[in-house]
This record gives sequence, structure tokens and C-alpha cells, in this order.
Amino acid sequence: MTKLESKGWRNDAYAKVTGKAKYTDDLKFSNLLHAAPVYSDFVHAKIESIITEDAENYSGVVRVLTARDVPGANHCGQIVQDYRIFADDKIRYHGDVVAMVVAESRDIAIRASRLVRVEATPLPAVLDPEQAMEPNTVLVHTNHGSNILNTHRIRRGNVEQGFREAAFIIEEKFQTQFVEHAYMEPEVAVCVPRADGVIEVYGSMQHPFSTRRFTSACLGVALSEIEVVGVPMGGGFGGKDDTAAIVCARTALAAKLLNRPVKMMYRREWSIRESYKRHPYRIYYKMGVTREGKITAMQCRIIADAGAYCSVTPWVTWRSTVQCCGPYQVENAQCDTYGVYTNNVVTGAMRGFGSPQMNFAMEQMVEIAAGKAGLSGIEFRRRNMVRQGSLTITGQRLDGHKVAMEQVLEAVLGEMDYEAKLTRCSFGKSDSNELYGIGLAMSYRGVSLGAEGVDFCAAIINAQADGSILLETGIHENGQGAESALLLICARELGVDISRIRYRRASTSNIPDSGTTVASRGTIMGGGAVTLAAQELKHKIAGALCEKLQCRAEDVRFKDNCILGKTDREKISFDDAMQAMFQSQRFPYAFGVFKAPRVTWDEHTGQGNAYFTWVYGCQAVELTVNKKTGKVKLLNAAAAHDVGKAIHPEMVKGQFFGGMAMGTGFGLHEEIKLKDGKITNLNFNTYRIPRAVDLPEMKAILIENPDPISPSGAKSIGEPANEIMAPAIANAIYHATGQRHFSLPIRVAGAAEEAPEEVCGP
Amino acid sequence: MKLHINGKEMEVGRELAEKRLVEFLREDLGLTGAKNACDIGACGACTILIDNEPLKICMKRVKDAEGRRVLTIEGMAAPDGTLHPLQQAFVESGAIQCGFCTPGMVLTAHALLLRNPLATREEIRKAINGNLCRCTGYQQIIDAIQKAAFHYQRQPCEQKHEIAAAAN
Repeated sequence: MTKLESKGWRNDAYAKVTGKAKYTDDLKFSNLLHAAPVYSDFVHAKIESIITEDAENYSGVVRVLTARDVPGANHCGQIVQDYRIFADDKIRYHGDVVAMVVAESRDIAIRASRLVRVEATPLPAVLDPEQAMEPNTVLVHTNHGSNILNTHRIRRGNVEQGFREAAFIIEEKFQTQFVEHAYMEPEVAVCVPRADGVIEVYGSMQHPFSTRRFTSACLGVALSEIEVVGVPMGGGFGGKDDTAAIVCARTALAAKLLNRPVKMMYRREWSIRESYKRHPYRIYYKMGVTREGKITAMQCRIIADAGAYCSVTPWVTWRSTVQCCGPYQVENAQCDTYGVYTNNVVTGAMRGFGSPQMNFAMEQMVEIAAGKAGLSGIEFRRRNMVRQGSLTITGQRLDGHKVAMEQVLEAVLGEMDYEAKLTRCSFGKSDSNELYGIGLAMSYRGVSLGAEGVDFCAAIINAQADGSILLETGIHENGQGAESALLLICARELGVDISRIRYRRASTSNIPDSGTTVASRGTIMGGGAVTLAAQELKHKIAGALCEKLQCRAEDVRFKDNCILGKTDREKISFDDAMQAMFQSQRFPYAFGVFKAPRVTWDEHTGQGNAYFTWVYGCQAVELTVNKKTGKVKLLNAAAAHDVGKAIHPEMVKGQFFGGMAMGTGFGLHEEIKLKDGKITNLNFNTYRIPRAVDLPEMKAILIENPDPISPSGAKSIGEPANEIMAPAIANAIYHATGQRHFSLPIRVAGAAEEAPEEVCGP
Repeated sequence: MKLHINGKEMEVGRELAEKRLVEFLREDLGLTGAKNACDIGACGACTILIDNEPLKICMKRVKDAEGRRVLTIEGMAAPDGTLHPLQQAFVESGAIQCGFCTPGMVLTAHALLLRNPLATREEIRKAINGNLCRCTGYQQIIDAIQKAAFHYQRQPCEQKHEIAAAAN
């Protein structure tokens, strides 16, 4: 380990801890204009006219833009192009933007935005997804012909036969809520027209390449006409994709039309009103179980509220479908999944991506089934869970990597002394006011995109004549530490100190489109590309220098900032080696591409090798529930995840803890509330994410089984850490109170709704 | 109007008295460590110290800082750039992810440790309860604050001297 690799090192830590890191809103530009979005108060309505004159005449306003001003495509989207840059034919949800005011100051833009009037004919609002599926309901998108946006299905074995073989049938319905990502930095964009006509985009977004696609389509220009530049970003969690890209596209439009730099900085209320949320799910399960506690069949019906636009609902619901039976072997499985348009707030990607909802339900189903079969939840899981060589419900054989289900379960049981503590749970009876419970949940998760889409990633290593190195990849720094992890992989692979390597400022004009930094794919895909690029570079250097080192190219070694021959006596320093490369007219430059191995999917049967590899995790939590108030207090929590290889253990732990915290919010605190389609909790005083006192001490157990399919050995952690805390809490609350909770967030009987936070006075 | 910001005294015109303090720091002084994130004093991303007490300034005015000692995140490190032990502990503990809450979090922790260098983990949780973080689950932030507490205990006199030097 070099000095800089010491615990906690990150390439951006110094800048962030000193306040020097410049986020988008911190950048300075001269001659800057400011923009503000305009909303209407309709939820579903046919637009008659948008009257902008009063706003245009307001002193300091430069221009008011509407759909009419979009030279390119006003409709955008990653799957279905139904999302509007500006609402045109209809208003489909309360967060639809009808216009944008551009002014000399932000205050003026905001004040003038209130002067834009929308005349529209209200239509009945479709607010319940199951009602939306009924044939006679008003359509959100008339040209789609139905409110059912998409379906997925699984047909495996024979569920009727499976239910006949069962001794018990368990049927339950679960329901989850709208959840806000609550990144600390709201959406913001600054777009700058360059003298050569290119528009530079600085923004808080986690997908520079889709931002570029949205922006170029909106402006009607080629991809090369837009350059999206990476700047430090205050969190994404899946939430800075579509909406953030559209914020950039609108801002770029103003910059292009007015030929001046334009900034649009979102207020928190706009961000929560407009940005997409985690899908609320309704999940209907039917499970057949033998007397010995073996699952014979599972039937599952999933209804996901997509809100007003498609976003990535088909992909989110696909993961839910593939993982609908949890990490269990089920020979007879049937699943029908529906993504449904409504006039509620749009829903899309959020950390977990369709798995937290399913795990909340399934990890309670297995414990209910265990109870019927007279087994402990642990024993029931052991009798049914996937093991080395098992088949998933989509017919994929789990091999080629270590199936670590038992390993993560054992680790958590041991860490928590779980089985001993389970015998001390209150089950509703206690001499004191506090009921005690412990609970756990586990999951497996397909890594990266799977059959959702094209999955490959590029990296460039560009060594300089003095031995310093520039690295860049197609992965985006969302705040998770992606750049630092990739720098570490590069340094280790080349055998050099990390202080030699700088991460090049990311730009969509430098590196090929490597997809989104989502799906916990940053380290596995980016790390794969860096590893392959480093191997390519070493191959070039070895070929050029092997003669000098008196050995064959394949015997050349890279270690301690040196390039070595067969023995340590034949040695060239990395600096001298790079100089020699340049002198012999060879660039020490390598381009690496990691392509995800092939996956397969049959949409009709829901069978196929859905993901190229899988990760395994288990989390447990201890808590008390106050008998009178119903208040839940978390005492202690532990998590074990197989991460493949921990590139940077401190950052991996950070992903564990952050995921567990967000899972706690999902389980106990958070809910975007809608009244008649309008969100009522638009800021952090009423939308309550977990605070320091809400969380327990957490323990992270890193399980490392390097994956042969991953060039760096690393797999995933961002989302796995977030997807099983809520069911662990639900199971612990059951063990404390004897009561099951089927909807989120959990409110134990007697618990008052959490009061709004007091805010500081003006 | 006299302001003391990060150890420097400055005179600013009365016409700035009603300006939002956070905008004054960010726009007029280029001190962008204090962030705009909720605008209603609910998240703590704009926290600075005034007379060594944490204050959310998104709803405060420049006049609220008149004649008082202001410390922003930019005033924490030594003039040569050496990190304050608390900042160093944040780095070493893995307490930084997206970094948007970090300036406010460091300053709130600094105020706590000046007041109570023996703070328990429970006391640390209470002290940082008004500073929201979505990335870390607070675990490594609390580790960092505990780790740095040692420095505040060991050198109370020197530490106070340093702070006094920075703020006066």
C-alpha cells in the first residue's frame, strides 16, 4: 500500500472537506442569465393556451420559452419518448413544466414565472393504478391506447400442480409508497455557448451521455455539438437521470437561443414536485409450501405506478419480475407485472431499482411461511435458498461465481448472535413499556444492467513522457467515489503509486458513451475497462522494453514504480521507461473496453440468463417498539454483502451504511404524500429522511469472493446495501409486537405520524 | 458594518445589511462552501459558525453577522492548506461521499467538540441531528468526530488559541 492509499483516501476528499470543491452552482460565469420553470396547478388537463405576455413584459425578463420554441424534439425519454421538455398537448401531472422564464437574475425569473397563465380544460385525473388498468378509464396517453405502459411475465413449471402439492397456501397483499431520492444538491444546470457553436453543459446529473442525448435531440443538433462536462455532484441515488437531463436540455435551449450562458438552479420544492420518485408497488403473492417447509409454487402479480411518463419503468419492473421470488429455489413460478400510467408524479430509477419493494414483501412471506411450517425463518430460508449450481426462477444456473448466500447469512447470524437473541423477542408481551425484536432479510441481485440494455464501458490510460499518468473512463462520479476506486485499480494493475495518476476531467467529448453510472455497475464495468486498458498498456511497454530487460515480453513485471525483467536486477524506473517509449516513437497509451458477457431473455416465458453474475447479501436489525406510542427505536444493525473484491474498503463500508440508512427511511420514515395528485410534502421539514438520531450503530461485514467474470474481481454494493433493510425491520417489528405490517412506511399501532421538523425562523 | 470572517476583519456597506447571508458569502466573497439546498433551514447544508455556535444561514441576513466572529469551512484549514485535525479525521474515516453536507457537518462537529471534547456517540448524534446527509448513514461521520475529539482533549489550550487566532 502506498501512502496515499491509506484509509479513507479519495481524490476529491481534500477539495470537499475544505469547501473548495466547486459544484455546479458554485461555478462563476460572466454575463449569466437565470432561468426558472413554470408549473400549472392542473393535474390532468388539455392545454388551451399558455399566456406569457405579462411575464415577458416584466422588467429584467429576457425571454419566456414554451414548447413552441423547441427546435428539435419536444418529446424525450430513454425507452419511450413521451416525456415533454415543455408540456404541449396536455398536462399529465402536477410537476409538468409548461414554460421557462429566462431573466437577468434568479429572483426576477422566479417572480415573473408567477405571471405565466395556463388556460386548460381539466380532465378526470387517474390516480389509482389498478383503476387505471380498467378498460373504461380515461387515458393518460391517448396514443398509447391503454394506461398499461408495459408488462413482464414469468412462466416456469406448473403453478397449479405446485399449489396442489402444497400443505399450506399463503396469500398476502403488500403495498409500498412513493419515495424521494433526497439528494442534498437539487437539480442545477449551467449551459455555456462556445464561440465554435458547441454548447457546454455543466450540471448535477448522473448520466452525462443521456443528458447529451436529451439535449442534442431537444436542440435538434448532433451529439458532437453538445459537450457535457463532469463537475462534483451532490448525490444521485438513481434520481439524477431523466429529470436532471431535461433540466440541462431546457437550460441549453435558452443558452442556444439567447447566445448567453444560462443557469437554472432548482429550489427544493421544484425538485420534489417535478423529479421522478421510487415506484409505489402493489404486490399480490400466493405461495404454496409443503409440511417440510419446501416452497412448491409462487404466484405473483405486481402493479407499479409509473406516474405520468414512462421514464425507465419497463426496466425497473423487469428487475422486480426477475427477482420476484427472492433468493429461493422455486420450481413452479408465475409472475405478471404491470407498469401503469397515472397522473401521479413520474416514477423511475432509484437505488435498488425495483428490488426494495419486492424484498419487503418476499422476505416477510418466507417468515410467514416458516411460521406455518413450524420452522424458524432461518431454517426455512436454508431449506429453500439458492446454492452453488441452483436454478433461478428464470432458469439461469448460478455458477461461474461463488454463490455466497449461506456465507452472508452465517456472517450476520454470527455477528448478531441472532438465534440466541431471537428467543428473547417479546412477541407482544413485555413487563416494560418496550417490546424487543430482532429480524433479518436476505437477497440476491443481478449485477449491472442485465437484459435491460447494452452494457459496455471504456477506459483510457494515457501515460506521459515523465512517467505521470492520466486516466479517464466512461463512468461518472456521483459522489460515491467512482474516480477514486478506478484510480486505485489502475495504480495496482500498473504497479505504480497512485500519486502518479490524475483522473482527467470527465467530458462526453473525450470518451465513448459508456452508458449510465447506475445499476451498481460503476466499479465492475469501469474497473473492468481500466484493468483491460492497463493490461494493454503493459503489453505495449513490455514489447518495447523486453530487449533492454533481457527477457521475453511475457516475463516483464510491473512493480514498485519500476518495470522489471526476470530478476529484480534488470530494472527500469517507470519514469525512464515512459521516456524510452516516447523516444522510440511509441505512445504509452491504451484504450480498454469491458463488454458485459452475453445475457438472454425470452419476454414471452420470462426465461433466460438474466444477469451475467449475481451478488448476495444479508442484513439484520435489533429494535424496540414502545407499547404505548408505537415508536420504533433501532438499537443495532449488521450487514454482510459479497462484494467480489473490496477495491477501497472504507468506501465500500460507506456504501453499506448509506444503503442501510436509506433502507431505514424506506421502512420507517419516508413517504411522498399526494392529495388529488399534488405532492403535499415538498421540502425536508415535511419529507423526513433519516437523521443521525434515527439510526443505530451499524456493522459492515465485507465478504470477498473475487468474480472470475470481472477483470478487477469487484462486483457491486451500492444497491444491494439498500434493498433489504426495510424487510429486516418489518421482521424485527413482528418479533417484537406479534404484528405483521404489509405496507410502507411502517406505522405501528399507536404511533403518531411524525411531526414536521421545526425550522429556524427568518 | 464590521464583519469578522475567518479571522479577517472587513467593512461592508449598510446596503448589504438585508442581503441573505448565504448569498453574501457565496457571491460577494466567493466562499461557496456553504450550500443552498432547502432554503428553509431544514437541512443544514448552509451551516456556518457564529461565535463558535452553528447557525443555518439560508434564512439569515448579513446584519445578523454584524460584529460577530464568523467561521466558514474555508477558515478551518491552516493558511498553508494543512487540514485541521477534524477535517483530517473526516478524510481518514471515509466520512465524505458526495460532500454536499460536509462543510456544514464539519463546522457543527467543530462547535460541539469545542464545547464538549468528551462527547459520546449519542451526544454526537444529537449535535449533528440538524445536518442531513443522504450518503453515509452518519456512521463514519460519527467515527470521524470521535477520532478528532482526542485532539480537542489533548490540547485544549493550544486548540482554543488556534481557534481564537483564526477568528480574531
